[in-house]
Amino acid sequence: MRLEPIPNPTALRRVGLPAGALALTVLIASLLALLAGANPFATLGLILKGAAGSKFALLETLNRATPLIFTGLAVAVAFRARLWNIGAEAQLYGGAVVTVLLGTGALPLPSLLLIPVIALAAMAAGALILLAPVLLKTRLGVDEVVTTLLFNFIMLLFVSLLLEGPMKDPMGMGWPKSTALEKAARLPRIVDGLRLHWGFGLAFVSAMVVWVIQTRTTLGYEIRAVGQNAEAARFAGIPVGRVLVKTALLSGGLAALAGYSEVAGLKGNLTLDLSPGFGYTGIIVAMLALLNPLGVVVSAIFVAGIFVGADSMSRAAGVPTYIADILLATALLTMVLALRLTNTRIRWR
Amino acid sequence: MEQAEEAEVVLRLDGITKRFGALVANDGISFDLTKGEVIALLGENGAGKTTLMNILFGHYTADAGSVEVFGHPLPPGHPRAALAAGVGMVHQHFTLADNMTVLENILLGTGSLWTPRLGAQAARARVAKLSADFGLSVHPDAKVGTLTVGERQRVEILKALYRDARILILDEPTAVLTPQETTALFETLRKAVALGLSVIFISHKLGEVMAISSRVLVLRHGRLVGEVSTSDTDRHKLAEMMVGTEITAPKLSERTPGPALLTLSNVDTSRRGNAPGLAGVNLTLRAGQITGLAGVSGNGQAALAALIGGLETPVHGGMDLHGDVPADWSPRAALAAGIARIPEDRHRTGTVADFTLTENAVLECYADAPYSRKGWMDWSAAEGFAKKIIETYDVRCPGPSARIRLLSGGNMQKLILGRVLEAGPKIILANQPVRGLDIGAVTFVQNRLIKARDAGAAVLLISEDLDEVTALSDVIHVIYEGRLSPAFPRGTMTPAQLGTWMAGHGFEGGADAA
Repeated sequence: MRLEPIPNPTALRRVGLPAGALALTVLIASLLALLAGANPFATLGLILKGAAGSKFALLETLNRATPLIFTGLAVAVAFRARLWNIGAEAQLYGGAVVTVLLGTGALPLPSLLLIPVIALAAMAAGALILLAPVLLKTRLGVDEVVTTLLFNFIMLLFVSLLLEGPMKDPMGMGWPKSTALEKAARLPRIVDGLRLHWGFGLAFVSAMVVWVIQTRTTLGYEIRAVGQNAEAARFAGIPVGRVLVKTALLSGGLAALAGYSEVAGLKGNLTLDLSPGFGYTGIIVAMLALLNPLGVVVSAIFVAGIFVGADSMSRAAGVPTYIADILLATALLTMVLALRLTNTRIRWR
Repeated sequence: MEQAEEAEVVLRLDGITKRFGALVANDGISFDLTKGEVIALLGENGAGKTTLMNILFGHYTADAGSVEVFGHPLPPGHPRAALAAGVGMVHQHFTLADNMTVLENILLGTGSLWTPRLGAQAARARVAKLSADFGLSVHPDAKVGTLTVGERQRVEILKALYRDARILILDEPTAVLTPQETTALFETLRKAVALGLSVIFISHKLGEVMAISSRVLVLRHGRLVGEVSTSDTDRHKLAEMMVGTEITAPKLSERTPGPALLTLSNVDTSRRGNAPGLAGVNLTLRAGQITGLAGVSGNGQAALAALIGGLETPVHGGMDLHGDVPADWSPRAALAAGIARIPEDRHRTGTVADFTLTENAVLECYADAPYSRKGWMDWSAAEGFAKKIIETYDVRCPGPSARIRLLSGGNMQKLILGRVLEAGPKIILANQPVRGLDIGAVTFVQNRLIKARDAGAAVLLISEDLDEVTALSDVIHVIYEGRLSPAFPRGTMTPAQLGTWMAGHGFEGGADAA
């Protein structure tokens, strides 16, 4: 077997293969639904209805998409520079911890000032968490995949320690959760009476800002050059190490905003289950979006829709929610394969 | 009778066609190879020589056409079948295991995996006989890692002969050899032919083609455009056939050199991977002068280029740039000092493949006005710069927003040339500037370098092609194991004399570089 490149793939290839990937994903999901003893068409219909069938469902999907946009952006920014940040989860929790620290009465500021101050502090925390692995990489050549990944576990245990100790809510009936945020620190809802909070607005704006940085600024140019060909970048005089550090600060800050918006916009306090793996799912979101920051918004909504839809389908049809994980994994694998095959042909001899 | 024996066809290619997407790499190529002849396959880079040989050897499958060896059709796509049929190939990049001996390398893959020990007496005797018959002297028990490039090539040829190859294909075999080693290789090929083997010699060096082949096949844009007896042609005619138009060699006018712009005194640098670093190098680059650096690949050229290009700092010794001694040496400092750098590897170091021409044009000046202001890129200014380069340097491309990976090597090199020359450099470091380019692009690049020299730039031309160095240089240094020979003024040394320096003679006997 050998791979041959296709220099100019046809339109049919470019549209047909991803469409085929989607069809294959749906087919596999249908087979799984059959296996669970349900009608596959009804199951898929219920997922769709649960994700976008009503105003409530749609807003729920957008709420769920918010942290995924942030972590997706964090991953997209870092991966663009070939900085493999697998630690968005840790940076997310870093942002959440700082949000609780500053948002529970530590700063006597009016809401209009308090909100941005906390958001910026959270970003700083996330940035610092990613700074350590990146300095290890640029100075000593330590693989950042390993360090950022392991930081996730360190951070989770650290949060656990905080929630069992200094940050534990005294009124929490013994549950490991933090004191609730004061009202002034909470992100308001976009429309009164609907659950969608301003975190989604911030995520959307962040995606645009990242897009502008990547396409219009000198830093964005440096980041792309380092990611595409670090050797050529270094030869041309681009300070590769410094660019990686800046990339890390941006990426860590974005991931931390996921934690910030979940605490300040949705939950109101910090618990150990704040993130059901948003940091890891962010990698899927970013890959599906081909690392395009505006694409991240779309793919985050798609991924959130599958999770939310699967939740509601599970209640109605009795098919386990695990189908959402399998759907996502299949979608990612088939999509990556489809994109590879768009410009590559396999010869079986 | 004699006629019939002479015409015994050992290899027949019939209508070989190979497409890569829209590109037709080979277009209906047919030819015969007869017993006991050397044919040269001549063509510019990208003409389809290597593709054709890869089809013959089974690495690629042809879209149309067939291959016949000794009268039997060769099943496509099986290197093993080609080997069994008696086709042996010596690639440009050797495929030897450095940590094994010569004998082990030759026997590797010939016996079962479970053979207890490689190198039985019979095999040893056979290798010794082949060595003697073909003039391929190399010690069978030496580790391949310790051999010179020329010796490694002999091992590759022995490998093919040991497998009973009756047809030898050599892909650009002289690219890595000194003139003396090339002569020895030609001796071997003549012996092989006398013993009834047939040889396909792939090259774009006209002199060698004239020297060794009996017949020349010229490929251009994937087509066979000419087939001539070597005795009926000359270098000039071959070059025209290869390019399709008449070409003129670059001319160097007399010019008095100006002041020293860069001086290295007694510089040592650390090793670069497998290649040596510099050892006690003294070098002066003068305004209005092209300094040529000759030498066999891997003798410290990379170290010298890295040092002057700002990627490396001296471990010991001094560097003096028009009176300044640079304190913090880096690529950016080199650029600021007016050093233009044409890197050896234009794909890996010179360009970012997925960037557009515009993005590649500003790779070295993106941070300066007018391309960058207060952290914002001015893409229209950058595109203006790219358009200027495209126009001035005749870069053939779909436009400034095309990805550079779509360009041919020559056009890519022209963009790099424009990028560095538009900055108005004082010193030009040209590392293998024309390697792998077609003749049209070679002439263009060389003339631009001469023009820059005439305008007062100091040029350091690093090349493994001795003809190029002697044709273009005002003074020549030979580099060997990180040491420099004295400066030889233009015309004072014959290629053979330079060849002895390239092989390391003159360096041992206390002939100091000073």
